[in-house]
Amino acid sequence: MTSRGIADKVAVVSMGCTKFGERWDSSTDDLLLEAIAECVSAVPGLDRSDIDAYWLGTLGSGQSGLTLSRPLGTGDKPVTRVENYCATGSEAFRNACYAVASGAYDVVMAVGVEKLKDSGFSGLLRADPPSDGTAPELSLTAPAAFSLLDPAYCAKYGVDPAEMRDAMTHVAFKNHTNGARNPKAQFRSQVSKETIENAPKVAGRLGVFDCSGVSDGAACALIVPAEAALSYTDCPMYVKALSLVAGSARGSMDPNYDYTTFPEVVRSARDAYRQAGIEDPNRQLSLAEVHDCFTPTELVLMEDLGFSDDGRAVKDALTGEFDSDGRLPVNPDGGLKSFGHPVGASGLRMLYEAWLQFRGKAGERQIPDARTALTHNLGGRPGGCVSFVSIVGSDLGALTR
Amino acid sequence: MHRRRPRIGRDFQWGAGVTKNLIGYGTYLPRYRLSGSDIGLRRGNRVVASFDEDSTTMAVAAAAVAIKGHRDPEHVYFATSSPAYADKTNATAIHAALRLPSASFAVDLGGTGRGAVAAWRMASLTGGLAVAADVRIGRPGSADEKLGGDGAAALLFGDGLCLAEVMGSTSLTEEFLDRWRSPTASTGQQWEERFGAQRYGELIDTAVTRTLDKAGLPNVDHVVLVCPNSAIVKRAATLVKGERSTVTSPVGHSGAADALIGLTATLDTAGAGETILVVSAVDGCDMLLLRTTEALLSARQPEPVIAQRGAGLGVAYLTYLSWRGLVEVEPPRRPEPDRPAAPPSSRAVGWKFGLTGSRCESCGFVHFPPMIVCTECGSIDPMADVPAAGLGGTIATYTVDRLAYSPSPPVVQAVIDVDGGGRCTLEIADTEPDRLTVGARVEFTFRRLFTAGGVADYFWKARLTERVQEEQL
Repeated sequence: MTSRGIADKVAVVSMGCTKFGERWDSSTDDLLLEAIAECVSAVPGLDRSDIDAYWLGTLGSGQSGLTLSRPLGTGDKPVTRVENYCATGSEAFRNACYAVASGAYDVVMAVGVEKLKDSGFSGLLRADPPSDGTAPELSLTAPAAFSLLDPAYCAKYGVDPAEMRDAMTHVAFKNHTNGARNPKAQFRSQVSKETIENAPKVAGRLGVFDCSGVSDGAACALIVPAEAALSYTDCPMYVKALSLVAGSARGSMDPNYDYTTFPEVVRSARDAYRQAGIEDPNRQLSLAEVHDCFTPTELVLMEDLGFSDDGRAVKDALTGEFDSDGRLPVNPDGGLKSFGHPVGASGLRMLYEAWLQFRGKAGERQIPDARTALTHNLGGRPGGCVSFVSIVGSDLGALTR
Repeated sequence: MHRRRPRIGRDFQWGAGVTKNLIGYGTYLPRYRLSGSDIGLRRGNRVVASFDEDSTTMAVAAAAVAIKGHRDPEHVYFATSSPAYADKTNATAIHAALRLPSASFAVDLGGTGRGAVAAWRMASLTGGLAVAADVRIGRPGSADEKLGGDGAAALLFGDGLCLAEVMGSTSLTEEFLDRWRSPTASTGQQWEERFGAQRYGELIDTAVTRTLDKAGLPNVDHVVLVCPNSAIVKRAATLVKGERSTVTSPVGHSGAADALIGLTATLDTAGAGETILVVSAVDGCDMLLLRTTEALLSARQPEPVIAQRGAGLGVAYLTYLSWRGLVEVEPPRRPEPDRPAAPPSSRAVGWKFGLTGSRCESCGFVHFPPMIVCTECGSIDPMADVPAAGLGGTIATYTVDRLAYSPSPPVVQAVIDVDGGGRCTLEIADTEPDRLTVGARVEFTFRRLFTAGGVADYFWKARLTERVQEEQL
């Protein structure tokens, strides 16, 4: 497989992100305009008409480019709507980066949006084509699908279920603690470990606090060729790696798959590290924003992304390795858990935290001298998923922490 | 008013060269039990089909037992008074779930216990499967609720070793109103019981005398007497006495399935060379006199009716009422599923109804559901069928989903590694979440996942193989 990557060819020169949450008073249009306004207004002298093309990611809050071109009035510019499950926002970003790297356009915007709270239902809704009614995902919800990781992980590594529960609780506790310091997060209060553990069960051992927030929101990024970046901002964010893997869903059919890992994540991480020249993510990354859709997911991701040795994630999480003051802060902005998960926006929201951290604008959450970040965005479920990994850095050339 | 004495016509002709042999049988009793104290029974409990069972799914379970080890039957006669569809043949789903060849005949026989006798007659003429199943619904507090029961039984006819020969039969028909149900109602009604009891009593007397006279027998070893009139059932032993046993249906009145469940329970225990008189008094009286053979002793079903009747899982009364649509409980805050679509269901009939996957001929990798391109080696050569319905499996991991929509939450699903290769994710039926473990053994069972837009979503679930009598009901 050839995956050359586009390291240092393009840069993010502005971003925008709405507050996530139950935005009862804001429509999809309102959310889009709010994020785009922040992004465009941050670049002195930039006008909307300077943007050559748009990539819009949304899972289900609209169809086609008209979802953006109509409310924004993009002046007949090309708008491509993409969808790739919960990795939709990252997919919009990835394609927008390629459009700039190819030389086709000079200024491209990637936008992600989701308006989830209008449905009146709990959790995510599916929009499946007419079917034979046999697919397990038609009935099994996302928390249930990810809860499959818990008993399988305990069984494989001989982890006491109580210790696993403690680690899941710690992930929720950490991400809520981080989110409490984030003015744009959906949930902004500290949650005690006792509350997390005693919450009503949703699926398997997952309680309400083990699940990401169902949320409305939008986020966007302005992308230009790397050599033009400094004419927009004095602190651009350079794209070092973009990797996407769409799995063959083999795990759902293969008895050798043990539901303790996402092979798709392992492959996309390996690909991204190679593109960016990362040999030791623990040493070379300043922070990671990962797809903590449910607490066991974050634990498994620590191993799949190479942050923990296999079977060690539970211990590493419990000893605070991934806390905001740990060896590698994971989800310093609160993650899907407390920032919320408006699906199409989430991948761009992760990049937004890296953007703020590199500029020293992360407020109470600021990680000293943050220079390199990983974002990881997952769509689907254990057994068959799409996985996206990006590496971004504040400097051109070799990565430094 | 003058009442005519019955004129008796020519009997149905059974015998060598005319009818086929009874060569297999099977019974299926659902696992759930309503506690007797919930429905006014002084002791015991009531057998109830789960929310995901109907007459079609239970018929599949009974028929699978009956045909195991035999050639595929070419005819399927399905009798039920509680069909899943009124204007669509239900036997076709049974036919598909049993993976029978398309060059065969599958038909529904509706109505009452008489439908089962018709199925028996037809199958004995042409060979094939007579299968009867019913879900009996009674209004809360009714005798039907208390004295009915759900279940299915199947008889297989063909040219193999005969398990029981027919020595004679009698059928009487009489029009009178004892029990009735409108086609649009789920629960039925009964006239003052004593009226029907008087009529049925006379009919049974007449038929017994005639049947035994023709056979030249003074008495019989076993009597199986079933009747929708409970006064007749109560008096069974005084109406016709078997030398060794007189039984009614072990689940209570089970409608179209009543006679076959009663008969199969007796086939579980009767010795060789013993006579069984089957009395099915429904809008008349049908009677068959059988004599068992040596072959029966080695052809009994693996899990006898008495064992199935004993093992059970309690279900709360309110939950049961919601299963039958007699109360509406608050659903999870999730959208209801779409109805299964006809063209994809037809294209996937081998998977959806037959639980058949595919095995790559190049590398052996097994796919559930079947695939065209091998996930393991990429081969695009045609694959071999892997029918899994009769196989076992092992739970790789599992979960209880309290958020998902279900006709009876929570949804329990497990990832199952199938014996001989392959993996699929299925719902667990008859769930006992506390007994689920990684490594637990399961078998497969045909169920109705949900109903949307009037369409039954039939598919397979798994259930724990090891059943314990964990509930003393």
